[in-house]
Amino acid sequence: MKGQAVAIGLVIAVGVLLLVMMTGLVNSLDETRRAYYERYRLADIFAPVKRAPDHLLEDIARVPGVSGIEGRVTGAALIDIPGQNLPLQAKAISLPDFHKSRLNDILFTKGRRLNADHANEILLLNSFASAHGLQPGDRLSATINGIRRDFRIVGLAQSPEFLYTTAPGELISEDGRFAVIWMSQSALAAVYDMDGAFNEALISIGRNANMAEILDAVDRILGPSGGLGSYSLDNQTSNRFIVDEIDGLRATSIGVPPIFLGVAAFLLYIVVSRMVQADREQIGLIKAFGYSNTEISAHYLKFVLIIAIAGATVGCLFGIGAGRTLAVYYLDFFKFPFLIFRLDPGSFVISFAVSVLSASAGGILVLKGILELTPATAMRPPAPADYSRTGRFAVALNMFLDQLSRMVVRRMFYQSGRTAGAVLGIAGGMALSVSIITIMSGFDRTIELSFSVVDRSDLLVSFFEAVSDKTIFELQSIDGVIHVEPVRFVPAVLKNGVNTYRGAINGLIEKPVLNRPVDGSGKTITLNPHGIILGSSLAGILDIKSGELLEVEVLEGRRPTLLVPVVAVADTLIGSLAFMEIDALNRALKEPNRVSGAYMRIDLNKSDSIYEELKNMPTVAGVNLKSNARSALQKQMDTGAGAVRYIMAIIAAIITFGIVYNSARIAYAERSRDLASLRVLGFTRNEAAFVLLGELGILTILALPIGAILGYYLSFGISSGFSTDLYQIPAVFTPESYGAAAVAVIAASVVSGWLVKRDINRLDPVLALKTRE
Amino acid sequence: MQEEFEINSMENENLAFKTVGLTKVYGEGVAAVHALRGVDLEIKSGEIVVLLGPSGSGKSTLLNIIGGLDQATDGVAYFQNQELTKMGDSQLTRYRRDHVGFVFQFYNLMPSLTAFENVELVTEIARKPMQPDDALALVGLHERIHHFPAQLSGGEQQRVAIARAIAKQPTVLFCDEPTGALDSATGRSVLKVLKDVNERLQTTVLIVTHAAATAGLADRVIHFADGNVRKVLVNDHKMDPEEITW
Ligand SMILES: Nc1ncnc2c1ncn2[C@@H]1O[C@H](COP(=O)(O)OP(=O)(O)OP(=O)(O)O)[C@@H](O)[C@H]1O
Ligand SMILES: [Mg+2]
Repeated sequence: MKGQAVAIGLVIAVGVLLLVMMTGLVNSLDETRRAYYERYRLADIFAPVKRAPDHLLEDIARVPGVSGIEGRVTGAALIDIPGQNLPLQAKAISLPDFHKSRLNDILFTKGRRLNADHANEILLLNSFASAHGLQPGDRLSATINGIRRDFRIVGLAQSPEFLYTTAPGELISEDGRFAVIWMSQSALAAVYDMDGAFNEALISIGRNANMAEILDAVDRILGPSGGLGSYSLDNQTSNRFIVDEIDGLRATSIGVPPIFLGVAAFLLYIVVSRMVQADREQIGLIKAFGYSNTEISAHYLKFVLIIAIAGATVGCLFGIGAGRTLAVYYLDFFKFPFLIFRLDPGSFVISFAVSVLSASAGGILVLKGILELTPATAMRPPAPADYSRTGRFAVALNMFLDQLSRMVVRRMFYQSGRTAGAVLGIAGGMALSVSIITIMSGFDRTIELSFSVVDRSDLLVSFFEAVSDKTIFELQSIDGVIHVEPVRFVPAVLKNGVNTYRGAINGLIEKPVLNRPVDGSGKTITLNPHGIILGSSLAGILDIKSGELLEVEVLEGRRPTLLVPVVAVADTLIGSLAFMEIDALNRALKEPNRVSGAYMRIDLNKSDSIYEELKNMPTVAGVNLKSNARSALQKQMDTGAGAVRYIMAIIAAIITFGIVYNSARIAYAERSRDLASLRVLGFTRNEAAFVLLGELGILTILALPIGAILGYYLSFGISSGFSTDLYQIPAVFTPESYGAAAVAVIAASVVSGWLVKRDINRLDPVLALKTRE
Repeated sequence: MQEEFEINSMENENLAFKTVGLTKVYGEGVAAVHALRGVDLEIKSGEIVVLLGPSGSGKSTLLNIIGGLDQATDGVAYFQNQELTKMGDSQLTRYRRDHVGFVFQFYNLMPSLTAFENVELVTEIARKPMQPDDALALVGLHERIHHFPAQLSGGEQQRVAIARAIAKQPTVLFCDEPTGALDSATGRSVLKVLKDVNERLQTTVLIVTHAAATAGLADRVIHFADGNVRKVLVNDHKMDPEEITW
């Protein structure tokens, strides 16, 4: 009993630990993000524009609700890093010459601030610098606006704006693949001819301001200067990613701990009811002495409450520690410079409430039954369990069953409620195992589908701007290039009613081979010149179906607004993608025969010379290797919110084992007297064990199919919890995942059976001769 | 009744049990309980022996050890010519399975099996069992044999337990307070069954009881006190169970 009390206390503790840890983690990350944004005054609205005179900033500042504004100059850059055979993409951003940035301030990590008198000074994004071992004092050569210059790194910095950075055309962030360089306003304005002008406005708004109205007003003000559509922080890439990852963790924090607490509650209920049942004679005696029902209940509840409260307390304490450890780990992942550790008080309340309530419920239900008996009845040992109804049940089976097997079968029928509970419990373990294995395969499937089925290229070349499609022939003529397929990227806002998404449209040829939208069976979806194909996650975000009309606000060139029908939803698993036929897209933009990049298949033996050629093409802005992207995504999945899947796998294993083992233990405790009697009658240890282990075996066999079905549905829930804006995790069901889950459950049964068998071996037959416990 | 002095005069091959210096100590050090303090005892095949003695004197302990349910701390116990105190668990299991029938105060029937099946439970594994019907008939149960224990009275349950104990045709029958939970009329009928079995199957019967009147049934009565045999009485006037009252 003592051992079991500890075991249950531990199960409660683990459930509570998980809850406190996960909610603490999510709370802290949320709070840290908020504080980081606030301290460095991250803008609420970003308004890119072609070229706007500075006085428009004052107009924007006068828009009701706007609380702060800053204009800046930004542009694309290419960086040459010695030893890298391809140039790396970067974003150049201006910092005010003489004052701190009013918005989107930066955090210095090393070196000093810019001196506006020296046009060749830059600050470099900290994470990029460390990926390449760059230090303040180092030189860097970069091409900005077509002109190549030498710069001196004077400091390293980071910013809440660039927690997650991706090069254009890339989906996955990699520290060494994309740089941010900060330059003084005057220096960068000179490069872009932006004296007295800006090409991006940063805006902060008051607490109760109306975001939609302000966005409209800003767009009206900047429109004539070539406004590219203002957008809120929600649509900012880095923030979108961060919020999404935290949401992923939140989904886990909400979904998993209740399962654990539920299991703990169930076990506590069983044990407490058993304990009270066993003490029935004593209770009768105490009642006979004149103790009131309340006093007796209080006595038993005390025991239960001690387990529950001790478990919850231990869980809370360790949960706080584990939450902090995990938060520190995630700091690194999110690139937060500091941590505000904030626990969720609600998690403590829930933990204690659930533990105490479930524990008391078990005790009260059973106590109630006993307290209703008169002391005299209670003092008499309970009559033998009445099998007369159940026994008739399986008469047909009797022909095939010896007495021991009959005992097994009848008991399962007799205690059908408990049998169902145990089967459900083990099935729950099976379901958890199935879904966690399914999710594991889902992660692999995402990578496999994205990088082997959807994208069959070796690399993606992107150009600074849309260029003539003659460039494709240039690429094709490079020695070692096997196949080239043009692509046109057009930034756009996609709108369906209230649902909007700021992303890009990929213009692909009609029958693409290298990078293609695919249907559920992996077949290419041919592009239709009269419509748009959406990736499944984007279709979900926009809540739009095939056949419906989508509004596309193009953010480039003439900036037309198109109304196109969705003709298909493609089975994409990474990114939120939209595809149109390239010529139709160009026609709509009135920019015929333009390409902004190309997918290429190359002879990998000649890659070095191919890179060299690409590097020397002035139009090439970046080259992304698919193998890089693939490993980057893998890393992303293994370090971000996706990493929780490993914790979940461990938890699933613990829960599965915990349920099976406890079922076996409880069955043993209930039947030890019968088992001892069997031993007295001359049955061997193995024969006696059969009565118990046979039952465990049948429970397990019954639980497997039920668990498989439950796991099927659970998988969808868990996979959507793990899916983010960046990647989607499909529920991938294979015979192998079911097989592996079944093996896990059976292994848990075998180990539990073995542990209980050891107790059966040690069972003292004399127990049977003693009075009833 | 007269006191018996010459225990060793009996012929060896006729002995069911013999113990020499049988000792059982529970626990260690100051907490040690000496349940048996060097018991020397012989029990003849086919006799009915009643063990009497105050509570805590070690009667059940003795029964458990020679019944193959417990290990002695010291001394030896023989069953026929086999040394029980040397046997391991599987040999003791074998011994119980083939030779021993137990009847307990609390019946210990399997609640999930009918009376008939409770008997069958044992006949399925015994070497030369009787038919379960016959065993049940021997204890006077004819009608209610397909009822579950919960549907039987205490006396009926005890008779099923005896039927189960005798169905294997055991060499010895151990009864620890077989009538403890029964009224005297039911108790008498149970004793009658024990006596019948002894007569018909030549089973050695050992009865532990607090009801001194039961001693009338015995061939010999062993008085136990403080972990040892105090005296052994030979019963000259064996009574019929019907005559016994308590
Ligand atoms: N498992 C045990 N652990 C410790 N002490 C024990 C154990 N079993 C019996 N004893 C002690 O050994 C002594 C003999 O016990 P035993 O059960 O043999 O007595 P008994 O003569 O059968 O008594 P009763 O007539 O009350 O059944 C007692 O003092 C008892 O407390
Ligand atoms: Mg006793």
